[in-house]
Amino acid sequence: MSEAITQRLESTARQIRRHIIAMTHAASSGHPGGSLSAADMVTALFFKEMRIDPQNPQWPDRDRFVLGKGHAAPVLYAALAERGFFPAEELKGLRQAGHFLQGHPDMKKVPGVDMSTGSLGQGLSAAVGMALGLRLDNKDARVWAILGDGELQEGQVWEAAMAAAHYKLDKLAIFIDDNGLQIDGPVKEVMSSYPIVDKFQAFGWNVIEIDGHSMTAILEAIETAKAVTGRPTCIVSHTVKGKGVSFMEDQVGWHGTAPNAEQAAIALKELQ
Amino acid sequence: MMKKIATRDAYGRALAQLGGEKADVVVLDADLAKSTKTIDFAKVYPDRFFDMGIAEQNLMGTAAGLAAVGKIPFASTFAMFATGRAFEQIRNSIAYPKLNVKIAATHAGITVGEDGASHQTVEDIALMRVLPNLTVIVPADGPETEGAIRWAAEHKGPVYIRLGRLGVPVINDEASYQFTPGKAVTLRQGKDVSLIATGLMVSVALEAAEALAAEGIEAEVLNIHTIKPIDAEAILDSAARTGCVVTAEEHSVIGGLGSAVAEVLGEGQPVPMGRVGLKDTFGESGKPDELLKKYGLTADAVANAARRAMARKG
Ligand SMILES: Cc1ncc(C[n+]2csc(CCOP(=O)(O)OP(=O)(O)O)c2C)c(N)n1
Repeated sequence: MSEAITQRLESTARQIRRHIIAMTHAASSGHPGGSLSAADMVTALFFKEMRIDPQNPQWPDRDRFVLGKGHAAPVLYAALAERGFFPAEELKGLRQAGHFLQGHPDMKKVPGVDMSTGSLGQGLSAAVGMALGLRLDNKDARVWAILGDGELQEGQVWEAAMAAAHYKLDKLAIFIDDNGLQIDGPVKEVMSSYPIVDKFQAFGWNVIEIDGHSMTAILEAIETAKAVTGRPTCIVSHTVKGKGVSFMEDQVGWHGTAPNAEQAAIALKELQ
Repeated sequence: MMKKIATRDAYGRALAQLGGEKADVVVLDADLAKSTKTIDFAKVYPDRFFDMGIAEQNLMGTAAGLAAVGKIPFASTFAMFATGRAFEQIRNSIAYPKLNVKIAATHAGITVGEDGASHQTVEDIALMRVLPNLTVIVPADGPETEGAIRWAAEHKGPVYIRLGRLGVPVINDEASYQFTPGKAVTLRQGKDVSLIATGLMVSVALEAAEALAAEGIEAEVLNIHTIKPIDAEAILDSAARTGCVVTAEEHSVIGGLGSAVAEVLGEGQPVPMGRVGLKDTFGESGKPDELLKKYGLTADAVANAARRAMARKG
């Protein structure tokens, strides 16, 4: 991958992180921690990989994206706005009554959102259905999803993982945002979902392990996933919750707390 | 002896026909294809049939994903597991995003019989009717099932269709029956009491009306095949003319048809009312007919409730 492309994407990811801070601050609520940890993966998908058309959000041949960890809606909305699905101005409306940017992704309200999520564990099933349906129509569109490492505690994820391998869904690939934290504490203390790699391998998936904040690694993993046939791919991304904002990094408390004016100002400065 | 057919059989038949007419119809099951009769579709269109294994939550979620890319999925399993195990998946992945999923749930009610209470859902109408965007249909017989399935395939939006295992009398004309969603079917006109029934209790209500007629009581019989949106107009109109109402359903009297009708009457036309159904109890193992008798889902019980309701008229 050329240096220039990687740098451009890194700069976009920074911009998306700034949006995440600004919009959760404006809303005085929302989930900055898990949005920041997913920002690099989301950027790679929306600004490099996925074939989507902001002018035609319902384009039938488009690639699909499912945010399993729907509470990270700010990262998705920021990417959609930057990508031109709606004006970045609108991000301020997050979570406000009457505004279309719901607290969790709503496919009926937000252009570019392919699946409504928010209840953890349901996203991968929808992605499986999309991959099955697109294959029936002989489309070469791909389906991407991002799941949390805490989300893996939901049994439905493993039902879907089993089905994806059983039906050999090689156009389906997911990222696990392995930031090690959930609400009540570290994932390994609350209810360990590890080892994630072994589990997905045992379920018949192709598994890749990467640094989820290395743009180069993310882009390479995407290429590897696309080259695999006969099974779905799981990219286990080691990430840091709150990534990019010093006082939010690796802090459980920033899962679902919005920054106040002072904190937002510091965070935005750090993200310049 | 009236011809009988289980609504699940009519479902399988309708699916297999639809498969040939609509290329976007896909069918999912959770390891019960022979029981739910989706096997009839699977045999003819194996590429469009997905057995999701014993995983009802993923069954519903996968159906949602298929709908999101333009397919018309029929997701089937026993009503117990469809609505109980996967309630939140239906709510959040199907009803809330208004996805075009058809949930065809078989083996509803106590007439699933010998398997007992763990398999006898008498709560599913209550669970499904509370969900916005979801149309809830309980066909009374085979022709109505086929009509409902065909309509559901055309309709854009989520639909729940409650089906049974037991053979039930064919009360609608197979050749001419037209399913009209949301419209009650008046099967018999009368001026003394309205018998409002759904599912297999429709034929039982007709029997009750026959018995009442022998006493000179003219009972009106309404078949409410669409529980939601319910035909409030027909209910209010009938209640205004007869002055009392009895509901009948193979479901708990809490939250099902009886509650839905009570809501309509309470707001629009309060009249004396009786509800025939399971009285806040689980079922048990037994032959369907024995269970219907034990739990008071008989023509006698409906007729008695009618007499009681009439006695309370002003
Ligand atoms: C079914 C369900 N249960 C509980 C919640 C509440 N909840 C929101 S986020 C969260 C923790 C998620 O942890 P993880 O998947 O690791 O996400 P991340 O740390 O990346 O934000 C929980 C429990 C939910 N949204 N859905």
